[in-house]
Amino acid sequence: MIPEIGHFALILALCVALVQGILPIYGAAVGNSALMAVAKPAARTQFLLVLTAFGCLAYAFADKDFSVLYVAATSNSQLPLHYRLAAIWGAHEGSLLLWTFILTIWMFAVTLFSTHLPDTMRSRILGVMGLVSVGFLLFMLSVSNPFERLIPAAPEGRDLNPLLQDPGMVIHPPMLYMGYVGFSVAFAFALAALLGGNLDAAWARWSRPWTTVAWCFLTVGIAMGSGWAYYELGWGGWWFWDPVENASFMPWLAGTALVHSLAVTDKRGGFKVWTVLLAIMAFSLSLLGTFLVRSGVLTSVHAFATDPKRGMFILAFLAVVIGGSLLLYAWRAPRVGLGGSFSVLSREGLLLANNVLLVAAMGSVLLGTLYPLFLDALDLGKISVGPPYFDSVFVPLMTPALFLIGVGPLAQWKQAALPDLAKRLRWAFGVSIATAVALPFALGTWTPLLSLGLLLAVWIFSTAVVGVRERVGHVAGDGYVARLAGVPRSYWGMLLAHCGIAVFIVGVTMVKGFETEQDVRMNVGETATIGGYTFRFDGVQDVMGPNYTAARGTFHIIKDGRETAVMYPEKRRYTAQNQVMTEAAIDTGFLRDLYVSLGEPLDDGAWSVRLYHKPFIDWIWGGCLLMALGGVVAVSDRRYRPAWRREPQTVPAGARLASRQIA
Amino acid sequence: MIWLALIALLLFTPSAWAGEARPLGDDPAVEERLKHLAVELRCLVCQNQTLADSNAPLAEDLRREVREMIVKNMSDKEIIDFLVSRYGDFVLYRPPLKSTTTLLWVGPFVLLVGGGIALVVALKRRGRKVADAAITEEEHRRVEQLLSEGVKRS
Amino acid sequence: MTRFFLPLAIFGIMVGFLAVGLTLNPREIPSPLVGKEAPAFSRQQLHEQDKVFARKDLAGQVWLLNFWASWCSGCKIEHPVLMELAKSGAVPIYGMDYKDQRDEALAWLNRWGNPYQIVGVDLEGRVGIDYGVYGVPETYVIDKQGVIRYKQIGPVTEEALAKTILPLVKELQAK
Repeated sequence: MIPEIGHFALILALCVALVQGILPIYGAAVGNSALMAVAKPAARTQFLLVLTAFGCLAYAFADKDFSVLYVAATSNSQLPLHYRLAAIWGAHEGSLLLWTFILTIWMFAVTLFSTHLPDTMRSRILGVMGLVSVGFLLFMLSVSNPFERLIPAAPEGRDLNPLLQDPGMVIHPPMLYMGYVGFSVAFAFALAALLGGNLDAAWARWSRPWTTVAWCFLTVGIAMGSGWAYYELGWGGWWFWDPVENASFMPWLAGTALVHSLAVTDKRGGFKVWTVLLAIMAFSLSLLGTFLVRSGVLTSVHAFATDPKRGMFILAFLAVVIGGSLLLYAWRAPRVGLGGSFSVLSREGLLLANNVLLVAAMGSVLLGTLYPLFLDALDLGKISVGPPYFDSVFVPLMTPALFLIGVGPLAQWKQAALPDLAKRLRWAFGVSIATAVALPFALGTWTPLLSLGLLLAVWIFSTAVVGVRERVGHVAGDGYVARLAGVPRSYWGMLLAHCGIAVFIVGVTMVKGFETEQDVRMNVGETATIGGYTFRFDGVQDVMGPNYTAARGTFHIIKDGRETAVMYPEKRRYTAQNQVMTEAAIDTGFLRDLYVSLGEPLDDGAWSVRLYHKPFIDWIWGGCLLMALGGVVAVSDRRYRPAWRREPQTVPAGARLASRQIA
Repeated sequence: MIWLALIALLLFTPSAWAGEARPLGDDPAVEERLKHLAVELRCLVCQNQTLADSNAPLAEDLRREVREMIVKNMSDKEIIDFLVSRYGDFVLYRPPLKSTTTLLWVGPFVLLVGGGIALVVALKRRGRKVADAAITEEEHRRVEQLLSEGVKRS
Repeated sequence: MTRFFLPLAIFGIMVGFLAVGLTLNPREIPSPLVGKEAPAFSRQQLHEQDKVFARKDLAGQVWLLNFWASWCSGCKIEHPVLMELAKSGAVPIYGMDYKDQRDEALAWLNRWGNPYQIVGVDLEGRVGIDYGVYGVPETYVIDKQGVIRYKQIGPVTEEALAKTILPLVKELQAK
């Protein structure tokens, strides 16, 4: 019964989504306020309906209802409850429901925080989001129904893929989807503005916090996925340039460009057309990622089970949504005004240069990801495009972008002078160069990449210091602390995000430059030393997990004659699918990780063991979290705050008229 | 005191008794080269893994084959040619530069240079068009007014 | 004006490619060996262990070389098709037992039938590597001059046999 309620809720949600997608947009076009007023209650109803469906599926998992095909396929009675609930998004159908659920959460949020928007704008935004939702609900109800019954019911579930039985699975997909789907808000704002023809600076101001929040979620989501791959796949890497990773990285790059170009549009009213295109691009790339993961056109470590019918559906959906919005763009964009003037060398100009670099990087990832498909489709042979390609293309593209991080925030708006900039930045430059040359020698090895990485990281840090000093000099107030407090939060947010990138670069550079690994055969009592740490192997014991049996090794770590840690890597056999998983043990530290992974048992009780010493690796994810934190701090800035504490009311007609005239 | 120090030494250096573990490969230099090669080669049966990372039986066979070729002192190019002649360019994670992959290798830099030129041209052209910024300043002021009006009403 | 249509045009091209991509199998890797001389091998036979099975013994005829194993599930699927083909006598099939246990391979053939003229043993998968095998079953069509003319990746299906393999074999035999 419960699954049927869920199914029915989805059908109702589809009806509501249709109403929400059609009436308000039509109402906005003809100026009928009654039709426009439908948007808000429709969005909220749809949220409740999808929430119901989601709750029903969660209940079916909690209740171990193996008469539901999806539950039987992705869980097992021995699977612990938290993984049963995470199994909701463990495969195609349920993750699609999560997608839709999160879309309605964002819609609901828009209804809460959009009371200051003109009616027409709000109805169009919710209308566009409703139309996107129609596509996903149709997809679920036609070829991917999570509530499909299995008659007769299976006595036992097939279990969740052991790779996914991990705390990362509980939190990574919701975070990632919050980011992907969050870009739908910026997308809807852009389309609403195109539809209404009122692309003014207010539009940019309104879009900014939404975009930034979505970007924060995506940043955290990607970082968590990377961290998960690091400890779960058991071979110590943290980014593989796999098509699915690229699918999440492309919207991130477009979203990062969008965050920056919104700043230009907000400040100067310029490059609106470009900003709109980026908003469309960021969400389109999220949709494209969904297609790539679910259609089976590319091979990937973590692709979903594939079905050509589903591929066809998403492709058609993609063509309608993206094609439609790009058509609207081509039709409406030429009429948009130009905005205020600024010179090539100015804060605006540099922000746009950053956009060029980020979009070129995004284009390269897209090209590399789809190129094997292009060649295959043209029957020109099969090739693989992997990490060596992306590494060699990315370094030259990102180096100038990272250099600009140091220059941009110090350049004046409208018009900057090169000699002045050079003068203000010279000591930061000197410090960076000196560090880049000297530090690698002090650490023992000098390679060009190591030096370049350190140069860029120190450059970002030191220019941040210059920036803060100048800021504090300009802010009025007595005493240093009072002046620091006077610096707006959006500035601190930006600084934090940029320093996050520097921290990230330090992590990447140090790991690449100094990581060491050893493949050894270890007998009980034998030791191996790596990076100054001695690992002593104390044998393997059999342990029982809830749904697996495992061989657990014990390693004592000794440094400078003192025992610093005990590590327990495991080799697990999951009973339901009879699948063997390597569970690495990691001793995390601020300056280094120790990583042990059990290989195969050899003769006479020895095991093959892989040991890693990875300096600074946690800085990679720490940097990402700092970036996201920067976004959060920026959004909490005073100028966005009134929007969050608004009583429900509409903007007076006079103001609406003004906004039209501006366009 | 000396005794105490000796006992402490014995207690805290358990590794002093145990033997050193042996590396898995016979010759560390061979393993080093194998690793260097294998991270750029694709495991054919896996979904998307390098030959270095994969534990698939074919990957193990191929590693053995590559190891033997390294011991025979064959060059990197000879080893890669051996694999390409059997499995095609698909095994290479770094696609070779050919007529069909020119776009792949040149594309990113074309994008970068094209984007840069487009930006400078657009900004220059724009600078001429919006010479009179008075209107836009006015526009900006009105937008600010519109936004603050909304604020006041809350 | 046209520049505003540029994104739409790029997207249109991409959708075209993606649509074609849906019809392709990204896991099927064409062999660079087609059109080249079949690599030589000389292996112990599965049934009569004192005899060898060598490529050069088969010169002058068109033949199929089928890589299989008792542990391989795809081989089970294609097996009835191979039995049917062997019975028709249209083309001789030679087998290569890939990375398998001898007793299990023999038991498998006893149970399901033996379509092969001779079966060679490739215990360590080295012949497989020479032929670019990346997953059994794989089947090669080799002509009178010893040149590989076609490679079937995955099970030999009725359809592949009727549409591709048999017409090719006839054409090669007529030469």
